[in-house]
Amino acid sequence: MGITWSANVVWVLASTAMLGMAAGVVGSFAFWKRHSLLSDALAHAALPGVVTGFLAAGGKHMPLMLLGAGLSALTGALFTQWIRSSTRIKEDAAMGIILSVYFGFGIMLLTIASRTAGGGQSGLDGFIFGQAAAMVRQDVAVTAALAAAVLLVVLLAFKEWKLFLFDPAFGRGLGLPAGWMNGIYLALLVLVIVIGIQAVGVILIAALLIMPGVSARYWTHAFGTSLILAALFGGGAGAVGTLVSTLGRGWPTGPFIVLAAGGVFFVSLLFGPKGGIVVQAVRQRMDGTRSSGAAGAMREPAGSKALGRGNAG
Amino acid sequence: MSDAGWILLTGSLVGINCGLVGAWLILRRMAMMADAISHAVLPGIVIAYLVTRDLAGVHMLIGAAAAGLATALLVQWLSDRGIKQEASIGIVFTVLFAVGVVLLATRAGNVHLDVQHTLMGEITFIPWEKVHVPPIGEMPEAVVLLVAVLAAVGALLALFWKEWKLTTFDPLLAASLGIPVGLMHYVFMTMVSAASVAAFDAVGAILVIAMLIAPPAAAWLWTNRLSVMMALSVSFGVLAAFAGYGMAVWLDTSISGAMAFAAGVIFAASFLLAPYGARAGRRGIARSGAATEESLDGAKRPEGITGAVPYEDFRGVAPRESITGASPRESTTGVAPDEDHAGAPPDDGNMIKA
Repeated sequence: MGITWSANVVWVLASTAMLGMAAGVVGSFAFWKRHSLLSDALAHAALPGVVTGFLAAGGKHMPLMLLGAGLSALTGALFTQWIRSSTRIKEDAAMGIILSVYFGFGIMLLTIASRTAGGGQSGLDGFIFGQAAAMVRQDVAVTAALAAAVLLVVLLAFKEWKLFLFDPAFGRGLGLPAGWMNGIYLALLVLVIVIGIQAVGVILIAALLIMPGVSARYWTHAFGTSLILAALFGGGAGAVGTLVSTLGRGWPTGPFIVLAAGGVFFVSLLFGPKGGIVVQAVRQRMDGTRSSGAAGAMREPAGSKALGRGNAG
Repeated sequence: MSDAGWILLTGSLVGINCGLVGAWLILRRMAMMADAISHAVLPGIVIAYLVTRDLAGVHMLIGAAAAGLATALLVQWLSDRGIKQEASIGIVFTVLFAVGVVLLATRAGNVHLDVQHTLMGEITFIPWEKVHVPPIGEMPEAVVLLVAVLAAVGALLALFWKEWKLTTFDPLLAASLGIPVGLMHYVFMTMVSAASVAAFDAVGAILVIAMLIAPPAAAWLWTNRLSVMMALSVSFGVLAAFAGYGMAVWLDTSISGAMAFAAGVIFAASFLLAPYGARAGRRGIARSGAATEESLDGAKRPEGITGAVPYEDFRGVAPRESITGASPRESTTGVAPDEDHAGAPPDDGNMIKA
């Protein structure tokens, strides 16, 4: 089955590419804040909200479902924080609980919704693994516009974000409103997750957030460049994955996008000039000796330290 | 036995298996590895099915155990290469899960194995797929698998009880005593995979996480004694299975979803009521010395390798502590702030303690 380049396909491609770019950039933030798995938990936690929105509207009503998803994910974040800060349960366990319990609750609601709402379930199933083919013109427009807004927020306050990520103490000294930044950052993260649910699905959207940022770091240690690369990688993965998923009938989009992002990561891991396996091996051979110090220096810390220092000044 | 009886027995066995393994998962601070492994079990099962064209439990178990072990190894390998651990986990399991879903959607999808099944399990159908077990008679295949895994896991835990305790609570001492800490880590990961795959039929790939993490975490809030925690953890698992089944029948909804939800309710109740829960409040109360993931591998992998230390040193602040976007200030996002004041100390207080 060939690809039919209808206007609709082009629009859907454009919106998933935009989504991938936003995810790549915000995912890089999450990576630096060590929130990679938090984004996974938040995405799963969005499911009950999606279905509640569906039930409340009595049908597929995007704004309400996205609102529900956002609220649901935020309560998940709050509970994670509460559990972590008030008991000895560690963060990873707290996230696991939130992720799985919210998801279970979502599945319960989904089963009820599919029973009571009749044929409407076809629209809901797509939210688990993503179904870009099911996106209508309005969804496409909303996704692209919100993704563009996310990118704009990052671009406009680029310097502030750098401070926020790498030297919040210094930023506070300069009068940077850390609380607000944190709130905005979390809002951006949730926003990307929420708009990504339709195309990529709640289970795999985290991958689109994590992998572009990690891949980019194999090519550069400069923060700005790595953000641009992450955006390109994410956007490319979004577009390619969407394209491939249109080749078969009923193929879910999310897994293909994730595999595309995984391919980018694999290539970066092998051939990236900053610590890629092949490059590192070649360099070691040229150096002749392999002292443990050299091997250690070639790993991440050197780069991340430089990155942190460079941005602080 | 009636169908409902078999379903309850299956759910209870899942609760027992997951409660046993999960308690150690929590104590070893490896809860997210459960997430990773339970997802990664999917491609293992799908590939085993594609190779053998058979859904027999043994093939599944081997495929899933291999996939689980591969996940543990891959995460370790990526972490050693300088990617932060949680990012490594996120990369490995999402890609593996995507492989599984793509294979299902394009190659293997059929009536026996489909995407729905992988998410929610098919506990309703379990009583129908019976096999003959000589002394007892007809038994559902899933129950046989669960009992076998329970026997293996139980035996391993009981035989090496002291070693498990040592490698969990004091891996350095364990290593100095000559206990193979690394090997035990991978044995444990295999046990998690086995518990996951045995539960897979019943509750699916994602909801098994609820059974692996929520009951043991709830149990940990009630006691400081390991044996009591294990007993509570198993009991909570069984309770979640029964309550979930009841709720599912009452609301006519997904049994596995309801079981996960019930596990969540048990956790929430423990969180609010238990002596080490939110009421007792602050961090630092009787934190038993749980091993960190880093030290589990025989201390050969300090944080520095993950690239985190320079970053933390430089800022003098552990970023982990400001996680989830500092929810005390979350009131700006329109969510009721009342929960924050109940438990969470302010952001800054956290950072200082870190």
